[in-house]
Amino acid sequence: MYRILFAIILVLITPQLAYAAGFDESINALTAPIAAMVGQLVFFKIPIFGAQLPLVVLWLVIGAVFFTFYMGFVNIRGFKHAIELVRGDYADPDSPGEVSHFQALATAVSGTVGIGNIGGVAVAVTVGGPGATFWLIVAGFLGMSTKFVECTLGVKYRTENPDASVSGGPMYYLSKGFAERGMEGFGKFMGTFYAIGIFIGALGIGNMFQSNQAYVQLNTVAGGALDGLGWLVGLILAAVVFAVIIGGIKSIARVTEKIVPFMAVFYCVFAIIVILMNITTIPEAIGNIFTGAFTGEGVAGGALGALIIGFQRAVFSNEAGIGSASIAHAAVRTPEPVTEGYVSLLEPFIDTIVICTITALVIGTSQVADPNFANGATGVAMTSAAFERQLSWFPLPLAFAALLFAFSTMISWSYYGLKGWTYLFGEGQTGQTIYKLIFCAFVALGCMVQLGPILDISDALVFLICVPNILGLYFLAPIVKAEMNSYMARLESGEIKKYKH
Amino acid sequence: MSETFVVAVDGSPGSDRALQKAIDMGKDRGVTLALTHVIEWSAFSFHTPEELAERHKRREEELERANEAILSPSEKIAKAAGLKCETIVLHGHPAETLVKVASDKGAENIFIGRKGQSKMGTLLFGSVAGSLVQISPVAVTVVP
Repeated sequence: MYRILFAIILVLITPQLAYAAGFDESINALTAPIAAMVGQLVFFKIPIFGAQLPLVVLWLVIGAVFFTFYMGFVNIRGFKHAIELVRGDYADPDSPGEVSHFQALATAVSGTVGIGNIGGVAVAVTVGGPGATFWLIVAGFLGMSTKFVECTLGVKYRTENPDASVSGGPMYYLSKGFAERGMEGFGKFMGTFYAIGIFIGALGIGNMFQSNQAYVQLNTVAGGALDGLGWLVGLILAAVVFAVIIGGIKSIARVTEKIVPFMAVFYCVFAIIVILMNITTIPEAIGNIFTGAFTGEGVAGGALGALIIGFQRAVFSNEAGIGSASIAHAAVRTPEPVTEGYVSLLEPFIDTIVICTITALVIGTSQVADPNFANGATGVAMTSAAFERQLSWFPLPLAFAALLFAFSTMISWSYYGLKGWTYLFGEGQTGQTIYKLIFCAFVALGCMVQLGPILDISDALVFLICVPNILGLYFLAPIVKAEMNSYMARLESGEIKKYKH
Repeated sequence: MSETFVVAVDGSPGSDRALQKAIDMGKDRGVTLALTHVIEWSAFSFHTPEELAERHKRREEELERANEAILSPSEKIAKAAGLKCETIVLHGHPAETLVKVASDKGAENIFIGRKGQSKMGTLLFGSVAGSLVQISPVAVTVVP
């Protein structure tokens, strides 16, 4: 039914749109001032030592450092156990067929491994210099602890719906967790705040930024043939997203979910090949990362400037502190919520410490060999140019990978956003459809706007979600710590057994 | 203690023949039949967040459907023939799960019907009976 309706709408509006040659520009002119305003509002900056420190970045850094210390470096100590859990060593053999740790991890990783890993890193290196890479890795490392806390809470405070499906995530742990501590009213407020944040925020990081960068890469491959046709690519992308989330054509999503992990491996393998082809420049590139991290040569704000950019892009990529992954992890039925916390700490590791670092090295080694290799391009176009220097055919598969990453991230985020929406407005079908339609519209919009304003809006929205989430995590962290200590004690005493080796 | 035969059932004509064979061979010996249906499932597959959220619900539905549509009819046939029997439904890799049930029950024999696939079909989709024969610690009776 919807599909037919959509086809009719598409046929009706396509000719009209074709007349609007300067359509992209006018949309762009319209959104730029709005983006700048939202950006300024959320990115209230404090000048320190000549650098501009956005308040929200400070908020995230302090949070991640605090959780790392408070949980006793769970990001290092829990790493081995996380892998054992994912391997299924502790899986209960008596209840097969439920969501496994591996499945939850794979889904959450598909949602996080997106354009940020390809294009976001390039932005970090352009703005923050090679040193930003160092801080990106540090941020990924610290982010593991934040993820641990939020995903444990996501499972602990999830809600089982009457139809036996589950809903979880920050809005649920904020409202229930605070209620448990006798602050019911405050919990309700925080849950609502977060729900609003995620359903609006989903339109930025998980939507416009993704479709925008997918379009840019497609255009790069097409040699600029798609200039000014952003609206068309946007409409096609929106149509596919529409088909999946409203049309219910699950097969597209299923295929994507299956291809994405292989594309991620494919991307890493070829990135490593390119790095090896640039082998003579590796020492200098790594040297630049370390000196840049502490001197911040040529970066606005020096070392602090590099740190800020690194952290900002890391969060944008691995979503630690945003709370989104806990929505996916909440689906695992386990008597020990903390096990999902352990599993989730692998996400920033895979996403940021492995994939982002590899991208940064591809760019870094190319920069050393030829400082102007990208001709001033940034974002995904810059990464593409770095690959092209060595493997001239790579931009095409990269465009395919970018499209897939963008698509799977959009599908995941449409669900995260929807969960915020249903938390606020209930599970009614009409409401859900309205949200999904809005989501599709923004997919199209993302392709029509320049990267700059999109990044501003997306960043602003993402950090808006971090505020209630991390504030809640501080209050609820003692619960997670108690769970972790009890679990660890039982693991050591042998009460929790491995089922296989 | 009486002997146990595991019978792999999936509602296909092949599985009906396997059940009949198990009944014929076990009738006079007071054998207990463990009618087992395996729902193919892997802990290492990829899903969308929505599928994860609905997984528990789907699992319950799958179990119910397996019991109603596949195991109950087979159970009736076995009981009508005068054999004791129990029904088992599990998620997992079909051959591995059948082997696990057989060793848990201390079964003598696993009965399974074959689909009569072509070589190409086996190459593409594998064969439960084929891999069962390779990994089973007890005798396997493949019924044509």
